[in-house]
Amino acid sequence: MIKGYAGKFLEIDLTTQKMRETSFSDEILSDYMGGRGLAAKILWDRLGRRWKEVDPLGSENILLLLAGPLTGYFPGGRICVSGKSPQSNGVIGSTVGGEFGVELRCAGYDGLIITGQSEKPVYLFVKDSETEIRDAGHVWGKDAKQTVTMLTRECRGLLKKRFPLYGEWKEPALVYIGPAGENMVRTAVVAAKWTHAAGYGGYGAVMGSKKLKAVAVKGTGPLPEVANIRKVEKLIGELCEGVYEHELWRRWGTGSGGYEVGARTSSEPVRNWQEEWHDEKSFGVDQFENKVWVKQCWSDFGCPTNCLKISVVKSGKFKGAITDNPDYELQAYLGPNLGVFSPEENVFLAAVIDDLGLCGIQTGNVMGFAAELYQRGILTEKDLDGIKLTWGDTEAFAALARKIAYREGLGNILAKGTYRAALKIGEKKKLSLLQYAVQSKGVGIGAHGIRSRKDYPEIIAYACSVQAGDHTSTASLPIDGGGSELMEIFNDSAVYCNFNSFGIRRNLRFEFYKAVTDLELTQKDWCMKKAMKTLQLQRAMLLLGGPDAQWTPEKHDDNPPRFYEPLPSGPYKGKSVDKKEVQEEIHRYYKAAGWDKKGIPKSETLRRLELVDVDKALKKPTLRVVNRNYDANT
Amino acid sequence: MPAKKEQIWISRELAKCSGCRKCEIACSLFHEKRIWPESSSIRVFMLVPGAEFPHLCAQCEDYPCVKVCPFNALSISSKTGAVLVNKEKCTACGKCITACPGRIPHMHPKERHVVICDLCNGSPQCVKVCREGGWNVLKTVSRRNMTYALYARKPEEIARDLAVKFYGEKGEGFV
Repeated sequence: MIKGYAGKFLEIDLTTQKMRETSFSDEILSDYMGGRGLAAKILWDRLGRRWKEVDPLGSENILLLLAGPLTGYFPGGRICVSGKSPQSNGVIGSTVGGEFGVELRCAGYDGLIITGQSEKPVYLFVKDSETEIRDAGHVWGKDAKQTVTMLTRECRGLLKKRFPLYGEWKEPALVYIGPAGENMVRTAVVAAKWTHAAGYGGYGAVMGSKKLKAVAVKGTGPLPEVANIRKVEKLIGELCEGVYEHELWRRWGTGSGGYEVGARTSSEPVRNWQEEWHDEKSFGVDQFENKVWVKQCWSDFGCPTNCLKISVVKSGKFKGAITDNPDYELQAYLGPNLGVFSPEENVFLAAVIDDLGLCGIQTGNVMGFAAELYQRGILTEKDLDGIKLTWGDTEAFAALARKIAYREGLGNILAKGTYRAALKIGEKKKLSLLQYAVQSKGVGIGAHGIRSRKDYPEIIAYACSVQAGDHTSTASLPIDGGGSELMEIFNDSAVYCNFNSFGIRRNLRFEFYKAVTDLELTQKDWCMKKAMKTLQLQRAMLLLGGPDAQWTPEKHDDNPPRFYEPLPSGPYKGKSVDKKEVQEEIHRYYKAAGWDKKGIPKSETLRRLELVDVDKALKKPTLRVVNRNYDANT
Repeated sequence: MPAKKEQIWISRELAKCSGCRKCEIACSLFHEKRIWPESSSIRVFMLVPGAEFPHLCAQCEDYPCVKVCPFNALSISSKTGAVLVNKEKCTACGKCITACPGRIPHMHPKERHVVICDLCNGSPQCVKVCREGGWNVLKTVSRRNMTYALYARKPEEIARDLAVKFYGEKGEGFV
């Protein structure tokens, strides 16, 4: 067995309520590592043959909660959530910070594989090798803070009762969904604490479809044994020393972007990306710091960066709102993107989104889309049940967020996410609305524009990514470069926070991997032999798609139309991306990835990577059949 | 018993805890050569997200845990003043936990003995990492004749205080 792994995975079938332990060969673990890579492998092996028919919100889908060999060791603990995505219909490795992955590994598992669908609401409680499926009727419908409070209390109570002599029990780690996940909203998150979120992919909806409210885990063992603990300690020390120099992120987190990304790099979504520039000093991070942050250093397991903060609004109309940060993404998407430029209002919206279990990015994206339609007179007050969705009206957006989470009125359509909502509303209004949808393959684009090229310089960042609009895993050339998607696959498969990997010595993470697993690995080998397998699997499942959405590379490997419109304001006024240039870069990327001119992985590429069955599936003549009858309700 | 001059006390400013748990990592690496949060004698509780705090021996001046042990398994280090656990004598009866005003000792998760902070023989590793990171929740100061037992409080009590400090009235309902 490879060092650094617990060596076991727990499989839970929610339909039959049966559980079994399972494991993967050293070869699979060495190639796919864990987290995102292993998720792609598991999903392909189990569902690949019928991928197009698998309903992401049906009982057949598999929900994966996977740690990696570096989880708990590499500073910044996370867990990777995956499955067939109800947003992209492919596979997204969506990670969330917290102690869940650490507790899971201390309980003796590298991951949970959750299949089937429960009849009534349940949650899982993993205590070392004992796992129970428990009734969640009393927490179903509860918001984020209520859920965390109730389940923390309940699980500690259980531990106390069962082990009365142990002393005080620390809380188990939790991941959970809010009302939005329960209602299978495609922009729902799998959340931790209040509120970190695995947002990309929409796996909150998958949990909801399985009637799984939460998973709690308490592991009392040590982290799995590593090859060289002294070396691991040394590398942790080196990494932390470097991070301690990052005053900007340690003090302000990503929040400094709230003003900077708008004013300086001009790449922040403003009013649904109609602009990417603002000079609102009211949105400077110092204002957040002075007005709303009650805790300035908030970390997840082992993290030296503590980019997280806690905000509480102490006065005014939005008094009492509590959220973490907001980080840059939520600042942007629940701020300028909705025409909101006040820290208090931004915190209030983030708190509403948190409590409902929605994704701030995806929901901010779809609400911005709706507000632009309102601005253009396409959506009216009547369509919105009386909500006047004008830019900057914080309470109107909060009301809309609630309608989305509970699928009321137009909220039921917006709950499908921007792409699907654009099609559906377009159908009703007999208009083509995709030009206002700032998304890629079903996933709203992260809050980093490409038009100024001063922030995300890659013009194919989103167009060619296998995680579509995900700003944490973007496509770039050279394909095996330090910041490439293949290297993001390392972060998401070893499962730790990529924020602790910025600016580190080039080889540090491979030395870390060696100290943990005893396996030699170079960046080149990782990228071209191992991560490349994950990339191809993700690409294949993205292209197979279905049942309600499918992507044609010629059409969908592209930027949202808005990115071809010139920036109307700011220091980069007039700049946009050139379609021809994008096309050329896409084809260079295809070539580097071993895809043909149509963007399909070539047979020789897949053969070389020993993915022959993927080749067969992609060459099936039925590749592009869309089931138009699917998805009547969700 | 007046404290010896060279003895230290770990001073603590709980509201500044980032919840990074580096103290747990350092403690378990020092004592177990593993990263093993549950075996750590300093444990970070997060009964309310955002209101994390380290729970560790308050180094009470009257040592109620030592006094109550029926098996003489607990003793006081003459060098550091820390409580030392004799793993052979300890039967994991839990009397010291009940005697502790903060219910701070806890059982070792795999072996049959209680875990209490031994001050790493005078240079506590938790303090070192907390200071390296600039959080300064923990600090070593000279031990004086003070009522250190004041700091031995139960996790729920501390969590409630911090939750109210950060979240106001709402905080009361979170524990």
